[in-house]
Amino acid sequence: MELTIREWFGTIHGLIFGALFLLSFSGGLFALYGLRPEWMTIDGINARMGQLKVWVWTMAGIAWATVLTGTYIVYPWYRAAPPEGTTNLSGFAKALLISSEATAKWHEFGMEWKEHVGWIAPIAATVVAYIISIYGSRLVNEPKVRKILTWFFVTAFAAAGIAGVLGAFITKAAPVR
Amino acid sequence: MTTKENQTLNNGLVAAALLAGGIGAFMVGLMTVLTEISSAIKTAIIFYKPAGPLSGKTTIAVIVWLVVWVILGTQWKNKDVSFDKVAIAAFIFLAMGLLFTFPPFFLLFGA
Repeated sequence: MELTIREWFGTIHGLIFGALFLLSFSGGLFALYGLRPEWMTIDGINARMGQLKVWVWTMAGIAWATVLTGTYIVYPWYRAAPPEGTTNLSGFAKALLISSEATAKWHEFGMEWKEHVGWIAPIAATVVAYIISIYGSRLVNEPKVRKILTWFFVTAFAAAGIAGVLGAFITKAAPVR
Repeated sequence: MTTKENQTLNNGLVAAALLAGGIGAFMVGLMTVLTEISSAIKTAIIFYKPAGPLSGKTTIAVIVWLVVWVILGTQWKNKDVSFDKVAIAAFIFLAMGLLFTFPPFFLLFGA
């Protein structure tokens, strides 16, 4: 029961950061949705704001960690070209995928989408975290701003979700080893 | 209602962050399309060879996002701007960013 260094990084990038991202998104969305004056006391709002800031900055931080480890650590292993004459492509995920018509779309559609759309997540998440930090508990009286932030927040999650789901399928078809 | 932060707030800083975020997302998409259109651009933006053009596309997008954020933030810091208009523009840029990173769309521009 052991993992190679590449599998470790793949696991950290996809599974561990992915799970933490999902957790922080859920916590952040719950806290943001619940930030309504009719539902909360003043003490409750102040306490909820502290939690909300932690959730959204955690989400943004994890999103950045995910795209940076993905782009600069895991992706180079994925796209590494095999030496001339290599017949066993198991250590070259991209080459393995495009070697067969049955799996080529995982690269041409799946990886091409994942590697780009994933970068929208940390940008959108950072915007949300920054605006929540700037507004603080004034957000309670700004339903329009909360609504806009929720959409940005959901977009960040959707972008990360697309990248994450595609990454899981691609790893299933051709693991980075 | 009295909370810890009950003073008034100009919306300029917030609007700047929102619009810059939309532009940042758009830049990710725009760089993706540009590298499909031009193989010269694709080669020129390989900032880290093992990661290929993705390193340049995303680095440029992030730099543009941050620069736009700083510029807009400086300009709008003590101002109230039309938040509705800024939000609509931000969402249009965000949607374009999502569209431009969708392979069936950006591959239309393939050289």
